[in-house]
Amino acid sequence: MTELSRRVGALLASSAFRIAAGAVGAFAVVSALIAGTLFWQTNQVLTDQVVVTLVAEAEALQKEARGGLPALVEAVAARSRPEGPGLYVLMDASGRKLGGNLSRIPPELQSARSGAVFRYRPSVTAGGPERLAVASLIALPEGATLVIGRDVDDQRQLADSMKRLVLLSFLAMTVLGLATAFFISRQVLKRIEAINAASRQIMAGDFTRRVPVDGSGDELDGLAVNLNAMLGRIEQLMAGLREVSDNIAHDLKTPISRLRNRVEAALRESSPDLHKEALERTIEDADDLIRTFNALLLIARLEASAGDDSATDVDLGQLVASVGEFYAPVAEEAGARLEIEAGSGAVVRGNRQLLGQAVANLIDNAIKYATVVAPAAGDSRPATEIRPAAEIRVVSRVFDEEAEISVADRGPGIAAGDRDRALRRFVRLDASRSRPGTGLGLSLVAAVARMHGGRVMLEDNAPGLKVRLLLPQPALSPDARAAPVPLPEASPT
Amino acid sequence: MRVLVIEDDKETAQFLAKSLKESGHAVDLAGDGESGLDMGRSGQHDVLIVDRMLPRLDGLSVVKTLRSESVRTPVLVLSALGDVDDRVKGLRAGGDDYLTKPYAYSELLARIEALARRAVPEEQQTRYVVGDLVLDRLSHRVTRAGEAIALQPREYRLLEYLMKNAGQVVTRTMLLEHVWDYHFDPQTNVIDVHVSRLRSKIDKTFEKPLLHTVRGAGYMIRDGAL
Repeated sequence: MTELSRRVGALLASSAFRIAAGAVGAFAVVSALIAGTLFWQTNQVLTDQVVVTLVAEAEALQKEARGGLPALVEAVAARSRPEGPGLYVLMDASGRKLGGNLSRIPPELQSARSGAVFRYRPSVTAGGPERLAVASLIALPEGATLVIGRDVDDQRQLADSMKRLVLLSFLAMTVLGLATAFFISRQVLKRIEAINAASRQIMAGDFTRRVPVDGSGDELDGLAVNLNAMLGRIEQLMAGLREVSDNIAHDLKTPISRLRNRVEAALRESSPDLHKEALERTIEDADDLIRTFNALLLIARLEASAGDDSATDVDLGQLVASVGEFYAPVAEEAGARLEIEAGSGAVVRGNRQLLGQAVANLIDNAIKYATVVAPAAGDSRPATEIRPAAEIRVVSRVFDEEAEISVADRGPGIAAGDRDRALRRFVRLDASRSRPGTGLGLSLVAAVARMHGGRVMLEDNAPGLKVRLLLPQPALSPDARAAPVPLPEASPT
Repeated sequence: MRVLVIEDDKETAQFLAKSLKESGHAVDLAGDGESGLDMGRSGQHDVLIVDRMLPRLDGLSVVKTLRSESVRTPVLVLSALGDVDDRVKGLRAGGDDYLTKPYAYSELLARIEALARRAVPEEQQTRYVVGDLVLDRLSHRVTRAGEAIALQPREYRLLEYLMKNAGQVVTRTMLLEHVWDYHFDPQTNVIDVHVSRLRSKIDKTFEKPLLHTVRGAGYMIRDGAL
């Protein structure tokens, strides 16, 4: 019982119910005003109409009774048929009744001479119910008085029953309205309570919970869908954070403890030369750590940034040619050949330094992996000695309305199932993490792509890996499309 | 030269003062933006090192105020902020160079020395000469002991920058920024590969090397050993 009253109380206190009840109340007040005015007006009009007929009849009677009082008595007697609509009474100056079907002058007429409403008992059925009538009093010469009336009881009864009907429907409407409000607010409250319950569970730590969606597509459903999308994003960020902290722990703890060990070992030595060497190695280790930190911070900032104030038009052809030229000697030393195909027209709005970093990371990765080949069966030479004419193709072009940079190598590639993982932070697919690098290269590329509204795709180069960086192109005018800006220096190496 | 260090962290300031003195420079220290501004106004310094986050008046406001008062002393802005736009903001405020913490002292030293040199009004030099190596900026010709050396355009610009700073240490980052206009981490020792290629062209067939590697810092071109 207390549970029920608590729930009803909560329902009555809900904003949905309050809004609905308020609407019903306002509606009720306005309807009551309109109905009241209508009834009052109707009664008035009906009475006035009767009075007009009475006046006309009085004039007719007086015309008929030109011959004096006896003629009038006759005329009144002729009209006072029991089944007729008219009510009459004629009195002489002394108050004696001369004729008519009313027994006396109704007392209501003493104050209001014309249009007074009164009750009478029809003389024919003495003892019957009293009926309503409207009458006018006419003073005649020689002190006689004539009263002419009309029975309006049927009229009034009709009006009264209509009044009752309206009142009843009015009551039903109010009750029904409140009931609907109650019902609607219960429905809304139920759904909101479901959302609340889900939020409480999420706040308690269950980040996999979702707000129920009923698929109706209404506002509450839209809210639930949006809340779920937000929760999904939060969960993803939390998972990312957890993964990063795990990986930081791994990737930074190892070099830090190595660094610490080296310093400790050097402290035990007595030779200044060994001290110096240990310190120099320590600085190198610290620099590597700083680089890893910088890359991490950069990715974090890129993922948090909505836009970039320093965006300019960047010609990807020029960028690829320039970064490619920068890396060509490194590729050569590693035994790879860098082939640059800088197509024209691929211009994006963005940050040149970040895009340059992305291209540099892709080429650097390709150089690192292009020169690695799994030894063929029966080949006993170590993998590093088998260096094919490793070829790395770097292409910039406009592809399907998008600007594209692709870097393709002939290295071992990435298995289809591992490609998504490779774009994540810190993931290096060789579990031993033996090759140099921060493990952040590809995820930094992915972050740069996202920040520019683009995406990264890893594909099979059969054999090898092809990384495609797709970026949206700003809408070009038809003229600009027709005449691509020529490249000043597109010099393939 | 005389350096003003505006830095609120005492340990960093002491480290910079000690290191700069060891490198043969005079150092003044200011612990907050306002006193730094007062000392900077004197115009007695060759270079200002300004931290971005300072008590009382932030670093960029100090630089802006100095520039609005026509103090032209070169400024190196130090910052823990390494955001994409931070560098641009720092340079827009009137800074001449921007270095992100943590930095190597050798990097900072090379940069302020380059800044101080740049401040000396440089007569339009059309030729750079180091020993018997000559770079003609008008004809873009490079000769060593009268012998023409064929360089790629990028190698030419690399050599030009090194010779412009002859006798001074030039760090890898400075080369990356000035020769390639890249402000990102190239991941590998790309600069070293480029320098060694240049070296093979200008030094290899000659007895006396001119292009030296400065350990832990960068490169230097000069006539004679280090």
